[in-house]
Amino acid sequence: MEILIIVLAGLLIGASVYLMLSKSLLRIILGTGILSHGILLMLLTMGGLKRGGIPVLDDSVQQYTDPLPQAMLLTVIVITFALTAYMLVVAIRVYRELGTDDVEQLKGVPREDD
Amino acid sequence: MKSTLKKLGYNRVHKQMNDVFLKYTAKVVFLVIITFSINLFFSGHYTPGGGFVGGLLAAGAIILLLLAYDLKTLRKMLPIDDKRTITLGLAISFIIPVLLMFFGTPLFTHQYTYLQLPVFGEVPLHTAVIFDVGVYITVAGTTLLIITLLASEQFMSDAEGADKE
Amino acid sequence: MTLIHFAILLPVIAAVGIGILYRFYKKIHLGWFVLPIPAVITVYLATLIPAVSNNQVIYETMQFMPRVGMNFDVYIDGLSLLFAILIAGIGTLVVLYSIGYLSQQEKLGNFYVYLLIFMTAMLGVVLNDNVLMLYLFWELTSISSFLLIAYWFTRERSIYGAQKSMLITMFGGFLMLGGFIILSLITDTYSIRGMIEQVPAIQEDPMTMLAIVLILFGAFTKSAQFPFYIWLPDAMEAPTPVSAYLHSATMVKAGLYLVARFTPLFAFSELWVWSILGVGLITLVWAAFNAIKQDDLKAVLAFSTVSQLGLIMSLLGAGALAVQTGAAEGLFTVAVVAAVFHLINHATFKGALFMIIGIVDHETGTRSLKKLGGLMTIMPISFTMTLITSLSMAGIPPFNGFLSKELFLEAMFALREADFSVLADVSVLFPLLAIVGSIFTFVYSIILIRGIFMGKQMPATPKKPQEAPALMLISPMILTILVVVFGLFPNILSGSIIDPAAMSILNTSEPLNTEIYHWHGWDSPALWSTIAIIAAGTLMYLFRDVWKPVYRLGTDAFTLNYLYDQGLIYSRLGAERITDGYMTGYIRSYLIYIFGAFVIFSLITLINTDISFDWGVTAPIALPEMLIILIILAAVAAMLITRSRMVSIIMFSTIGFSLSLLFVFFRAVDLALTQLAVEAITTALFLLAFFHLPKRSRHEEHRRFKLNNLMISAAVGIVATVIGLAAYSNRLFDSISQFYIDNVYDLAAGGNMVNVILVDFRGLDTLFETLVFGIAGLGVFVLLKLRVNKEGENKYEEHP
Repeated sequence: MEILIIVLAGLLIGASVYLMLSKSLLRIILGTGILSHGILLMLLTMGGLKRGGIPVLDDSVQQYTDPLPQAMLLTVIVITFALTAYMLVVAIRVYRELGTDDVEQLKGVPREDD
Repeated sequence: MKSTLKKLGYNRVHKQMNDVFLKYTAKVVFLVIITFSINLFFSGHYTPGGGFVGGLLAAGAIILLLLAYDLKTLRKMLPIDDKRTITLGLAISFIIPVLLMFFGTPLFTHQYTYLQLPVFGEVPLHTAVIFDVGVYITVAGTTLLIITLLASEQFMSDAEGADKE
Repeated sequence: MTLIHFAILLPVIAAVGIGILYRFYKKIHLGWFVLPIPAVITVYLATLIPAVSNNQVIYETMQFMPRVGMNFDVYIDGLSLLFAILIAGIGTLVVLYSIGYLSQQEKLGNFYVYLLIFMTAMLGVVLNDNVLMLYLFWELTSISSFLLIAYWFTRERSIYGAQKSMLITMFGGFLMLGGFIILSLITDTYSIRGMIEQVPAIQEDPMTMLAIVLILFGAFTKSAQFPFYIWLPDAMEAPTPVSAYLHSATMVKAGLYLVARFTPLFAFSELWVWSILGVGLITLVWAAFNAIKQDDLKAVLAFSTVSQLGLIMSLLGAGALAVQTGAAEGLFTVAVVAAVFHLINHATFKGALFMIIGIVDHETGTRSLKKLGGLMTIMPISFTMTLITSLSMAGIPPFNGFLSKELFLEAMFALREADFSVLADVSVLFPLLAIVGSIFTFVYSIILIRGIFMGKQMPATPKKPQEAPALMLISPMILTILVVVFGLFPNILSGSIIDPAAMSILNTSEPLNTEIYHWHGWDSPALWSTIAIIAAGTLMYLFRDVWKPVYRLGTDAFTLNYLYDQGLIYSRLGAERITDGYMTGYIRSYLIYIFGAFVIFSLITLINTDISFDWGVTAPIALPEMLIILIILAAVAAMLITRSRMVSIIMFSTIGFSLSLLFVFFRAVDLALTQLAVEAITTALFLLAFFHLPKRSRHEEHRRFKLNNLMISAAVGIVATVIGLAAYSNRLFDSISQFYIDNVYDLAAGGNMVNVILVDFRGLDTLFETLVFGIAGLGVFVLLKLRVNKEGENKYEEHP
């Protein structure tokens, strides 16, 4: 199972890189989302999968699943949401100001202080 | 309920007849989700849940209202500035660890005690929960701020015709 | 958390209340509410004097971050108590003075909040035993000083001065931190007392030289020594109470405190003695020389402050020799006593002078010497105070400045007796430089008195001059009375304050029994020097028109200020050139840099490390999980291929929801819940954003473009997989998770480990995560609502 999930995570990461290298802003944003999904899976697997009960204290349970990656990943999920929202809004603003979402065309807007 | 209906939909009642069901359901479901979110939050220290999930669910419930009604009505129902909410949440979560230092322990050493209440029995009191309240409020406030901002933009771009293609 | 910790933190705690109070209540001047805070602290510190002068040491600890050795250890001996009383005492007077100086139209909330932050920071610097905490408070003083200099932030000069002071003092502070770290590596402690116990180890270590240089950078930048003094004259853009407080009485003395505090540690080093002595004397002469040519009254005082700081600095350098030779010999002990005594005296007369200049500025509307004159009859009280304090500064008997200057000259003459291994022949230079500096000091002191108050009254002042209200006169009056009292009865200070402070600098417990006399006998070289200084000073003042053209000899091109400005311009240009070199403007290039570096460095590491792929027991694969994995794969494939933006968003959500199902199977309930909630909201977010984005989701891409991307992404994916497999099968350290599992109930009284880790064990992470989250929300707000209008101003749109 762990090996399978690591390979799946690797696939997700690869796909996300492909999406991020494309020209459209929306695909770049979706790409970062997928990237974080891949990393989530990868890190969760590092603690071992299905090694015991859910990490909630219970007298009848002897072994728990590793709680540490879960706690760290919970913050990752929430931050990813903030990141996605922020990037979406950047994309919206860029499109509204410049009229394109092609990142190849975004170059060459002169700086104001030059 | 009736008065809101009158205010909102009186003129367009024939157009939006089926919205009534949506709106009514939205209100009921909103209450259910909010209750669930608060339950998740308070039980978070002992069973799955906590400030993050609670806050997200609370925001989700309010977004449901936003989808059923519109932004103006939502503002009337909940006249809160989300930026203030974020400030409040961050203030709570920043003050707690500092106050904790007055107990003479290092930063972020939470204090707890147990309280005997007549109905509930033994109830734990934990400063970590107050800290989590800050997290809850910040997460809910930020999520709402982002969503309502995008929703309000929609009106503007409709007016401007911003779709440039 | 003891009373003394509370006393240090009281201003910052009060600042919160003061800030809130100011928003709602503006009838009474805010200063009245601030005034009790430093007053109470002063009284509290004064009660500690008897204990400390009996050679007791107060040591209280408060755990802050014990794991990294960062504890709030308060350590009070004579030296720190002297500084603390100066800070709190002068602070009280300055707050009182500011009530008259700042009108209620100003932004009083900002002013007092910054001032209170500064008080805590400064008390924290001088009462601390832990070098890391000391650094923390040290930088906090720089920040509050920056904020106070830029108080009138619409003025260009204020911003320039604030930036300059911040750049220079923070530069020094950062180097100082490096010095602290070297010291703590040598001695394996962060406590200054602990370091002093290990002087032999420090003496032998070759890195000590570097530590000395770095720490001196911190002290010299903060105390505005040559060549770093250039920030202080520009800092005079701050309101005058701030100049009197931060830039004359307290903050600039932090460097002196640092040198005094580390004297027992470094006194063995010739480098320490020579650089402090040399830099101090050069600063003394150079700044006093420059003070004479200034026209702005505050500039005169700024250069005078720099010069006096140099005087005290040089005394501390000579005092280090006393530690070398042993305090009992007494030859250089006089230097330490003089340093401490002059520190007090300078705070009194310079504080008073700054306040009086503020009064003159306030009542006439100008600070230019050219426009002032003849105010003696109009402002008699101010004139009397200026007369006393300036003469004290010039070193005229019977005021306190005379006494400490005599001691200073005595110490400099004593240096001729020192057993120097290097530069033995130039020891005659020390008294010479001291006398030259004193002559210049005499001249600018006289200029202050005559320029403002004597001669013809100038008609051109912007305001009609009048005597200041009593409220503004109280504070300088108290300081002037102190000047006279300390001048007539210096020995009320010597046993209670000067001796304990001098003893802690010398690191000795033998009582010094200092007695300060006005009269040292006819054979004292200091007496004849004083007479020579007064005579030469008077001559130089009378014939100043003859020699003043000297100032025009230098060119602007080589002044330190010019170098600083050019340095700023060129560092910006250089940074731009470097950045332009690799910033192509395409996101794709940057991503390729990042991913390329990731692949290359990971491969190098993987090849050079001995890894075995052995994954032992793995969990079984169940059918539903397989199904979900297949769904995810299909969704990813669809996302890569599709041209429709709708499909890609739906597929994205599919992946997210499938992931939350996977989390359920993996016993990660909290994760599954959060992922579910986040995914629902993210989908709503994308759908809302839909309206604002172009309909087309993909642009035409060439085959080669696609092929390149495919190769890069395949490489990244494979490397990531290999890293994951390697990390999974090679465990270098034991997992720390068991600690959390074992202690979740005992230490944190919780049941849900994930949440307990979040809010308790790793609470600091969560705290800053919520902060990031909140900032992201505000960022979204700004991005959507901020527009530049036609006048070029930033404006927020309100909700429709």
